[in-house]
Amino acid sequence: MFFKKTSRAIGVHPPQNKGTQGMAFVEVNGFKTITIPLNLQVGPGCSALVKKGDPVKVGQKIGEPLGHWSVPAHSSVSGTVVSVKKEILSNGSVADLVAIESDGQQTLDESIKPPAVTDKASFLSAIRDSGLVGLGGAAFPTHVKLNPPDGKTIDTLVINGAECEPYITADDQIMRTRADRIIKGINLVCHYLDISRCLIGVEDNKPEAIKALNDAINSHAGELKAGISVVSVKTLYPTGAEKVLIRYLTDRIVPENGLPADVGVVVLNVGTVSFIADVIDTGMPLIRKFVTVDGSAMNRHGNYDLPIGAPIEDVIEAVGGAKEPIGKVIMGGPMMGVAIDDIRHPILKHTNSLIMAGEKGAKIPKEWNCIHCGRCSRSCPMMLMPSELDMAARQENIDELREFHVMNCIECGSCTYVCPAKRYLVQNIRIGKNLYRQAARKAAK
Amino acid sequence: MYLNVSSSPHIRDSVTTRRLMGDVVIALIPALVASYFIFGVRAIILTLITVASCVFFEWISRLIMKRDNTIHDMSAVVTGTILAFCLPAGLPVWMAIFGAFIAIVVVKEMFGGIGSNIANPAIVGRIVLGMSFGSEMNSYSVIGTLAGETGTDLVATATPLALSGDQAASYLDLLLGRHGGTIGEVSAAALLLGCAYLVLRGVIDLWIPATFVVSTGLFMWVLGHDPIYHVLAGGLLLGAIYMATDYVTSPTTTKGKIIFGIGCGLLTGLFRGFAASPEGVSFAILLMNIMNPHLERWTRLKTIGGVDYVA
Ligand code: SF4
Ligand code: SF4
Repeated sequence: MFFKKTSRAIGVHPPQNKGTQGMAFVEVNGFKTITIPLNLQVGPGCSALVKKGDPVKVGQKIGEPLGHWSVPAHSSVSGTVVSVKKEILSNGSVADLVAIESDGQQTLDESIKPPAVTDKASFLSAIRDSGLVGLGGAAFPTHVKLNPPDGKTIDTLVINGAECEPYITADDQIMRTRADRIIKGINLVCHYLDISRCLIGVEDNKPEAIKALNDAINSHAGELKAGISVVSVKTLYPTGAEKVLIRYLTDRIVPENGLPADVGVVVLNVGTVSFIADVIDTGMPLIRKFVTVDGSAMNRHGNYDLPIGAPIEDVIEAVGGAKEPIGKVIMGGPMMGVAIDDIRHPILKHTNSLIMAGEKGAKIPKEWNCIHCGRCSRSCPMMLMPSELDMAARQENIDELREFHVMNCIECGSCTYVCPAKRYLVQNIRIGKNLYRQAARKAAK
Repeated sequence: MYLNVSSSPHIRDSVTTRRLMGDVVIALIPALVASYFIFGVRAIILTLITVASCVFFEWISRLIMKRDNTIHDMSAVVTGTILAFCLPAGLPVWMAIFGAFIAIVVVKEMFGGIGSNIANPAIVGRIVLGMSFGSEMNSYSVIGTLAGETGTDLVATATPLALSGDQAASYLDLLLGRHGGTIGEVSAAALLLGCAYLVLRGVIDLWIPATFVVSTGLFMWVLGHDPIYHVLAGGLLLGAIYMATDYVTSPTTTKGKIIFGIGCGLLTGLFRGFAASPEGVSFAILLMNIMNPHLERWTRLKTIGGVDYVA
């Protein structure tokens, strides 16, 4: 072809609505009760280390990880455990939920001290002990990501600062105000994992963030362990999707069903990498989260520094309340976020935004016949043909699902967003993926 | 509190089927206005009747088939307008209504409504009318100031494709529509104006119209005809811009569109150059409509990073 296909940008332009851009993080405390699920991540969770009536302190470990994949859970307040019980979480899974009544003192746990890090193993275990998971939204345990299976060499660290979802500006704000921490974190990762190149991908609608990062790189020029460069990418949803960002920055293509490690890349979000710098310096585990709170139903919007486990209901009150009845609460961005069923659910480790839509914004459009306009295919960053996948999924046609590469869909939702007939494309494709997985499992037996 | 829980994405683009079809209707207005000056008020009346019948037939057939009403998506208005544009202004009204019946009930709704038809409804309507009422469908009339006539009588003339030598219309005549033809096809300038609007609004891209027009022109040039004359005369522009680009019956991929356009162009050239009927645009598009599912299969996009499974 005439153009370099791999790096051509494909996607959609949803209205950005980044009204909170540049707003400083406001620390919010004083939540009466917080609830911390013991599986805040992909993979198995933790077993409870506390029981009803136990006193806990800020940063105290309350959940012991089950298995190598899991990370521990920590309390974000000091106070007393009021209950430990199984409940349904916002993502539909069931887990132990530790409810802690805060004493308002925020007394720090004495055991918190900077970890002794000397080599890769101690670096990874320090990260694991901090409870760190991918903060960009996927909640994949970071220590697993940084420890690719044998035989896979990582030569490039990609830092995801694209933040392509509408509304969210928390990462932007992290890059503006914590650029030094980001560079420090990159240095640590590159040093212990022996990576020589780091690319930070930032969408070009965040010039201040790009400037802050470049300034930080220049001021640390002498101490850098790797060649770090900031790459400004075109503002286009879903540039921040892992596979897509890797393609734009490195021209490498992660295969269907593959991982970034297959092409020698590890991707970390800006929040994750800056937290790595913090935890190595202080040993303070992951108990707070930078969150953008926005949405048409809110009186005010802004960026907040919230304790993990704070009930969304109380967060809404604490940041100014709602001005109209809330019809939908989205955890994450409007394109890929999860609509939750109950506002008592807590803030999670990977919650990067809360969007409260009014009743009007919560309406789901009616679906009409596909008019075969091709907009869905033209907007698919993976160059799939969503209308065909949608049909195959509706007909439960496993052969077609395979032939059309259903597993290569990254569920970005661009196809559904653009469809003039308002078809539920990605929604059916998700069902198709499940059907395909089930069939593959059956075939493997 | 009642919270709406739905699967992402939670926002949708403002483009709807209705808006796209509405844009097509807007793009057709210049040609309709031109037809008033060329053929008089009868052209407008016939168009309105055709549109109204299409909308009515869609409404009633959806009602009878107990399906959701779809007339608000404006696609019946588009079909009606395009069908009317394919008719001579002097056509008896009942024939136009019959054409609307064929287009909407037989071609569109019997196949499942918008999106499910295999051929363009307006084209089939036109072809059926042409075969059933050949003489009425071929008596073109010109009236009014632009036509240069003084009287108010309808004057029957032939389309420029049937004329030859000195009789042939000039390029300017073709652009303005000072010649015989159907309601919507005569003024090339008005059709091109509508095309520009559709492209600017992102409703269509130029792949199909451009390849269609260029390949017809080249083919006619090879056969020793004047390519520009053949592009501007007859139903080529109306077909290339408004009928061949119908989403439902044309490919979605760029490659598919190019093949589709060239196919339409070559077939039109064959019909114009060798067949007895000078007008081949409708048949060309119809044949390519039928090819469309195959074109779609041959030109399917290749997903980035797809792994082929060994069965
Ligand atoms: S098919 Fe999948 S990857 Fe493609 S646009 Fe739709 S959701 Fe995104
Ligand atoms: S965008 Fe919607 S209407 Fe257009 S082809 Fe895709 S599914 Fe069909």
